[in-house]
Amino acid sequence: MNAAVEVQQLHKTYEVPVREGGVKAALKSLVRRQVRTVEAVKSIDFAVAPGEVIGFLGPNGAGKTTTLKMLSGLLHPTGGQVRVLGFEPFARQRVFLRQITLVMGNRNQLVWDIPVVDSFERNRAIYRLGRQEFRDTLDELVSLLDLGELLQKPVRNLSLGERMKCEVAAALLHRPGILFLDEPTIGLDVTMQRRIRAFIAEYNRRYHATVLLTSHYMADVEALCRRVVIIHHGQLLFNGELADLVQRFSPHKTIVVDLDREEQDLTAYGEVVGREGARVTLRVPKADTARVTARLLSEVPVVDLTVEDPQIEDVIEQVFSQDAA
Amino acid sequence: MKGLADIYATLFRTEAAVQLQYRAALVIWLIGLVVQPVVYLVVWLTVAKAQGGQVGGFASGDLAAYYIALMVINHLTFTWIMFEFEYRVRSGSFSPLLLQPLHPIHTDITVNIAYKVLTSVITLPAALLLAWLFEPRFNLHPWSLAALVPALLLAFALRFLVEWCLALSAFWTTRVGALNQFYFAALLFLSGRMAPLELMPGWVQTLAALLPFRWMLAFPVELAMGRLNPEQTAQGLAVQGLWVGASLGLMALVWRRGLRQYGAVGA
Repeated sequence: MNAAVEVQQLHKTYEVPVREGGVKAALKSLVRRQVRTVEAVKSIDFAVAPGEVIGFLGPNGAGKTTTLKMLSGLLHPTGGQVRVLGFEPFARQRVFLRQITLVMGNRNQLVWDIPVVDSFERNRAIYRLGRQEFRDTLDELVSLLDLGELLQKPVRNLSLGERMKCEVAAALLHRPGILFLDEPTIGLDVTMQRRIRAFIAEYNRRYHATVLLTSHYMADVEALCRRVVIIHHGQLLFNGELADLVQRFSPHKTIVVDLDREEQDLTAYGEVVGREGARVTLRVPKADTARVTARLLSEVPVVDLTVEDPQIEDVIEQVFSQDAA
Repeated sequence: MKGLADIYATLFRTEAAVQLQYRAALVIWLIGLVVQPVVYLVVWLTVAKAQGGQVGGFASGDLAAYYIALMVINHLTFTWIMFEFEYRVRSGSFSPLLLQPLHPIHTDITVNIAYKVLTSVITLPAALLLAWLFEPRFNLHPWSLAALVPALLLAFALRFLVEWCLALSAFWTTRVGALNQFYFAALLFLSGRMAPLELMPGWVQTLAALLPFRWMLAFPVELAMGRLNPEQTAQGLAVQGLWVGASLGLMALVWRRGLRQYGAVGA
């Protein structure tokens, strides 16, 4: 089957004016304007299968949003190939725009001064949806996201969480087959994050929609994505299953030991990364796990012992720090 | 076409609702719009009186007709899109508009029309009040009234397209304020907004006719006063049509180039 999203050697550079601070530098820049070329995305390749949900990860400034903007047709790539549903996004054909959506957690697309339902009505007209089709989708979204109470309220009177639910609904009224979600849960409380997450999973299941998600909340990624693409400084660092990421990038395991008394020193067995009463958390090289576990059990009065993979957050942090080093 | 009509009707309804939220601002804008031509009118009437009732072929009734027609026609054809564009591009709020399967110019046109319709409730009575106060002399014929409809539509289209093109420079500079000032200064003098072009030096009249400015405002105003003959009217409509065609072409070009330039900052 053809990929829903296909990216080859995608490249984006910006020209940014450079100027030192102060009046003198400002005057100098009038005569000679200096620009610096910033490479936001450096030749990345990946593909997404139809119906797949992938997490697009990276620290701030990694190039995630720039890539999503190129995939949705907002930005013109400097080089490389992008195909989304077989279209070249930047051509911005209507038939393409009707099949995608881009939700940005920190952006407002709804009209501030009018009730939510009126903004939805605008989208109905702009996306040329039939009235019955629109009503059916709206009913479905209202029940899935529990919007009933909010429809008649002006957008400016909504809380952040309420507004985000409405933004997501507005972005999906035309039932897009591809969702680009840029930090859709940013700033939301845990309950609301969970709600949005469950909704995305349900939408993906019902409509077999392809989802590209960026988030700084690993809970979002763990709940929704089997596969992740990690970029850093505009370059692709990893493209594969979430489980493989841990395997590949974490050379450590975590051993949690419950002791029968508190004052035991375990630094000889591995790096002590946590201590809570009689519970000590050790980090040991993966290859040494079995040997250290055996030593602990024979040499130390252990009440309980568990071996765990490290947290995804820690692994990703490690990926970034390895790259920086 | 049916889809586009539905889009316009729907956007018009929501835009009207948005603008009615800011009634005070609406009225303040309008006061400015009415006061400016009245000030010019009073100044010229004083000059005319000092010169024995006439100035450059304009009697007081003509001056009154000119400025009342100007007020209404300027109101019907003006746009403020250039001020909005800079904010859009700088803040990134242009991005949602670009993601919709609709050229953003349609939204801007409906915003403009919604404003005009809402405010005509005040501008038209204001024009009648001024007519009662200043006794204008209109010399209208049925054919000139008929020609006024396309002349107004073309003037609106021309101002809209030219100002949209200039606004698009925000893609390159993200500071279009300076360009706006220059354009509005030229518009003030060359479109007949400050004074009838006939009262201006010959070279100003030539410049105004060679550039699009005369066709944006002075031409429909003179037509509404009944100051043009059928030949001048037909010529004027043709020139307007040419300028609209040229600015459409220019807009398409600038739009394509501008989109490549768009940085989608902040959004």
